[in-house]
Parts: sequence; C-alpha cells; structure tokens
Amino acid sequence: MAKQIDRRSLLKTAGATAALAGFGLSAPAVHSANEKVVRYLGTATTMGSEIDKKLFEDTGIKVKYIPVTTDEVTKRVLTQPNSFDIVDTEYFSLPKLVPSGNILGMDSKRIKEFDNISTTHTLGEIGGKKIGDQGTAPKKVFYLKDEKSSEFSSEPTRWATLIPTVFNADTLGIRPDLIKRPISTWAELLNPEFKGKASILNIPSIGIMDAAMVVESMGEYQYPDKGNMTRDEIDLTIKILIEAKKAGQFRALWSDFNESVNLMASGEVVIQSMWSPAITAVRTQGIPCVYQPLKEGYRAWAVGFALSAATKGYQADVCYEFINWYLSGFVGGHLNRQGYYSAVPSTAKQYMEGYEWDYWMLGKAAAKDIKAPDGKKLASAGEVRDGGSFVERMGGVACWNATMDENRYMVRKWNEFVAA
Amino acid sequence: MFDVKRHSATLLSFPFAFVIFAFFVVPLCLVIMVSFWDYNSYSIIPDFIFTNYQDIFYGCVKSLPDLCTSFATYISSLKFVFITWLITLLTGFLVALFLVFCVSTLQMQIVLFLLCTIPFWTSNVIRMISWIPLLGRNGLVNSTMQNIGLTDSPAEWLLYSEFSVTLAFVHLYTLFMVVPIFNSMMRIDRSLIEAAHDAGASSFQTLANIIIPLSRPGIIIGSIFVITIVMGDFITIGVMGGQQIPSVGKIINVEMTYLQFPAAAANAVILIITTLMIIFAMTKLVDIRKEL
Repeated sequence: MAKQIDRRSLLKTAGATAALAGFGLSAPAVHSANEKVVRYLGTATTMGSEIDKKLFEDTGIKVKYIPVTTDEVTKRVLTQPNSFDIVDTEYFSLPKLVPSGNILGMDSKRIKEFDNISTTHTLGEIGGKKIGDQGTAPKKVFYLKDEKSSEFSSEPTRWATLIPTVFNADTLGIRPDLIKRPISTWAELLNPEFKGKASILNIPSIGIMDAAMVVESMGEYQYPDKGNMTRDEIDLTIKILIEAKKAGQFRALWSDFNESVNLMASGEVVIQSMWSPAITAVRTQGIPCVYQPLKEGYRAWAVGFALSAATKGYQADVCYEFINWYLSGFVGGHLNRQGYYSAVPSTAKQYMEGYEWDYWMLGKAAAKDIKAPDGKKLASAGEVRDGGSFVERMGGVACWNATMDENRYMVRKWNEFVAA
Repeated sequence: MFDVKRHSATLLSFPFAFVIFAFFVVPLCLVIMVSFWDYNSYSIIPDFIFTNYQDIFYGCVKSLPDLCTSFATYISSLKFVFITWLITLLTGFLVALFLVFCVSTLQMQIVLFLLCTIPFWTSNVIRMISWIPLLGRNGLVNSTMQNIGLTDSPAEWLLYSEFSVTLAFVHLYTLFMVVPIFNSMMRIDRSLIEAAHDAGASSFQTLANIIIPLSRPGIIIGSIFVITIVMGDFITIGVMGGQQIPSVGKIINVEMTYLQFPAAAANAVILIITTLMIIFAMTKLVDIRKEL
C-alpha cells in the first residue's frame, strides 16, 4: 500500500521539526501523558550518551539537555525558572539560588539512598575525621528549614537543598615529563622557574580559591576563611596575581575545560589549575599528565540535583524517579571510573570490578590496566592513583568552592587582574 | 482625503522604523535604565544610583599615573582599534584598487572578489582558532624556523600576545574594508581618470587627487565597520590573547555571568559612548548621507 502523505501527518512532521529546532531556546513544558521526559539544566559533564541509553532502558525516561557553563546555570535558574525541570548545580551556587525561591527543597523521604549519601556532605567528615570546611562546604548549605524556606538549616531536616550526585577534590595538573622534578606545593604555580609556562583558570569564583591556596603556601598570608575573604584579603590576593602576571608567569588563562586540555597537551603550559576529566583527556592522548597531590590539600567541589519550583505533580514524580535511578549505582560506577566520586559510594561499588574499586577508591596499585569508560587506557597495571585513596584525597580537602559575601568586589578586582 | 501617493515614502519607512524602535531603541533605553539600578548576588533592584558608574572609574584618578582597570582596558582596546584600522585600511584599499583598476574584465573582477570571501565560508571562531596550531610554542611556524636554523628556541611572542590578536583581527576584518571601498571605487567615472592622464597627471597624482577623495565614503564606512567590531570584541582577544589581554567586552561578559547586570549595563553605556565619539569624529570628515 502506498504511504499517503496527508496534510495532518505533514503538519505533524513539521511541528516536530520545529519543536526540535526550537529546543534550546525553550523546550515545551508539556509532554504527552505516557512520555517521560526530563528537561535537564546543567553543564552535562556528569551526563553522557551511555548514561542516557541506560536510563532509557531502565526507566523509559528521556533527557532533554539544556547544556550551559557553570555560571550560566545560576543565571538561567534565576532568570528562566520555567525552562527546566531539574537543575544540576554546584553547592556553592546555593547562596544565590535559594533566596530566589526558584528551586524548592528536595524531599529526602522520596530518595531511596538518602541515608547512604557520603558523610563528606552530610557531616563534613570522612572515616570519622573532620575535613576542611572553608568556603561553601556542602554541610553548611545541605538542609533547608522548610520545603519553601529560603534559609539554610544547620540541623538536619526533611528538606535537602540538593540531592548530591558527584564531587571531587581538585588540585594542580602538571606535565611530569617537562618539569622533571617532584612538585609538592601550591606555591610552585607562581615559581619563576615556570615563567611563561603556567596557567590559572579565568573563572573568578574558582580562580580566586586556587590563588588563595598559592598565597597561603607561599607563606604570604593565612586566611581565616579562604572561601569568604574580606576586601583587604581580596586586594592582597589579586596584588600577588598581578605581580606574577606582569612578570610574565602565565602563558594564558583558561575558562573552558577544553582550553585547559589543549594548553597542557600542546606543552604551552606545564603547570596549571585543572579539573579531573581534563587530566583524563590529556592522558588518553598518550601524554603524561599528573593530578598532583599537594601538601596544603585540595580545593573540593560538589554538585547535585534540585527541582525547579515550577515542576509539579507527575513531572516531579518523573524527576524523583530519575534522581533515584541516578544514585542507584550505574552512573556512580561510570563516574568513579573517570576519577570523580559518586555521592553514594555503596551503590557505585556494585557497578565496578573489584580491581577498579581498589584502584580508584582504595588507592591500591592497579591489578590490571585501568581503562576509561570509553575503553581507552588510563593507567597500566601496577600504577597507583594520584593522591591515593578516597579517604586520603577527600581527607586532604582544605577548602570548598565558594560564593563570598564580597563577591561583587571580588569580580571587579579579578577584572583588574585580567586587565593588568 | 489621505493621499497615499504623497505619503508613500513615510509609509514605507514605517516597518523599518518599527524594527529599529522595537529592537534597538527600546533595548538601549532598558540598558541605560538598568545601568542606574542596584543589584545583589541573585537579583537586580530598581533604583537610581551612580554606584555602577563609580565602580567603573574606581581609583582612576587616585591611582594616576598608574592606570586603573577601565583606563588600561580602554587604552588597550583603542590601541588594537588603531593598529587594526591602519593595517586593514592599507590592505583593503590596495586589494580594492587592484580589483577595480588592474583587473580588466568584469567577470574576472567578480571571480576575484568572490575569492576574497572564501574565508567567510567558515565561522570566524574557526578561522581564529586555526591560527593556534600554527603559532604555538611547538607549532608549525616555530618548528619550521628551528628546523631551517633561523632560531634556536621557540619564539613565545607568536601566540597569546598582542601580535597574535592583531594578526587575527586583520585576518578576520580586512574584507569589511575591501567591500565598501570596492563599491565606492567601482562608481568612479573612468573618464575622470583618463582626463587626469591626458592632463599629464602621474599615477600617484591621480591616486591622491582623484581616487582617494572619491573612495572616501567607502573608506569611512569600512572604517566604521572595523572600529565598532574591534571595540566590542572579546572573543578574538580572549582566544588569541590567552585571556591575558583585557577587553571591555570581556568585562561585560564576566559581569553578566555573575548576574551583575546593572554593572554590565553601565559598562555597555560607556562603551557605546566611546564608540559613538569615534564614529562622530569620523563622520565629521565626510558627510555620509550626501556621499551615498
């Protein structure tokens, strides 16, 4: 039978095409009753096609992405709260997001694995030992007083601000083949030995934290709280950065993940602020690159999911189903194998081979070659993870990504650094 | 009775006037309005304050002779504007001169003109980024120079420097100069040039006394294109300057991402005023409306 193209089906196709083309500007908020779609707003660094595929197989949920940069996530939540169902954001953005009322408290009773969430978030400790809490540590902003409250609660309540998903401890990345000597302190970033071969990230809120780690380790100043500097402390930090910049210390600054990979892989830079997956990306090109543990410790970050205040009823149920699936282990295993940490380690373990768990989480020598989730080799048998075990790395956290009270002043001073 | 014929010009201008009003005048007024508002880290607050402007010029007088952020940024931008303008004007003028007066057939002129547009088949970000593997420390230029023994160590100034930014600007924007100058030159009456020749003028005299004055509208229009684009650019300066060279656009961009819309608006207003002043000075040199 010849397939007839009538006006109706033509219109339908045209409509679907138009909807596809229009996605990104504004995804339609209403879906047909039995189609489960989640509009995801975030950087999408902890998502991916494999996760999408498995998610659809297990739950029938499809993800519609609104991929933006870290700072754009905040902007979008504040300016277009109706354009997404679920937001994947950093804990340090919460002091900006929560007062807006555009995200609601998450109901911990609906999260199956809530009690198994890593203690780094809930208590700010690991293995019973307190970890650094300078900056916007998750435990400070973990709970809300009420579902619709715009105030954080220091006591546990039923309402969580975010349901944590992924976190990590960041440090400097180095090219051991080009540096040819051990690096053990943050101060090396501004060591004149690496003049013209260093880089720092040009995202003010994170760059200033890396700079603070450097200033402390140079012995210039001890901050009472690196994550909440006074104006004088900001002045001091920026002054040291400007002096280094004028002396030609930095080859470039970077603001995009891929830029940091290119700078490192091409050898333009041998020491710089870097993120864990960027190290992986350099290494899978066959270029040696180390995520160097430093004696002053790490700068940690954590991300999680929240629902838009506009997400209600059936759509909210789908979002909770998505979050429960996300924490159920497959994604955790997937992300742990990239060097991140899943917020629910116990479920991630079920999706990792024994030798992988030993390498990534326990800091043991690799029993076999370690492969990235895409199958490319990351480390040979016998190698040990940079920085060691989960407890060692997270135990060494010195501060967390932060939003400062003097944020406005800090951004202005950061611009001064770029202009110097 | 309303005479449609008599008012046709006015009526015809309505759609465009509406577009200009809705998409230029209204947003511009909003920007000016917001530049006087207050803000905190998650919202903007209607107000009438001058803090945003004070912040821009914070420490500018006090720190003299050292330059404050804004002065340093504007001086850096103006420097790029001037150098880029000079080089694109020179190259653009010569290319147009060649196309119009040295190429004899119209067909060939069109073919060569289209050749000039080939780089525009890719996006300007790609055209810009393709310089990086060429100019880098281990890039093509450096390895070639070292291989043929010109230099011993890689030249660092090739990439992430003012040189690479200028190079990218010239590469990206010369065509904006070529097109209007080409257009002006095409309209020069050939008999004028013959007359000059007959009257005994040298080639240089013809160029100086006939071609340049008559191409002036093209030169001014091309200059306006290049100057406004370079003044507002932050992507080229960011990528080619390794984000170490300041630009007004980047400051606005950073302020926008940190939701400091009023501060960004104030910066935008200052940028618009500066650019308008340059354009105003240029239009003093030629009455564009008359020349068109």
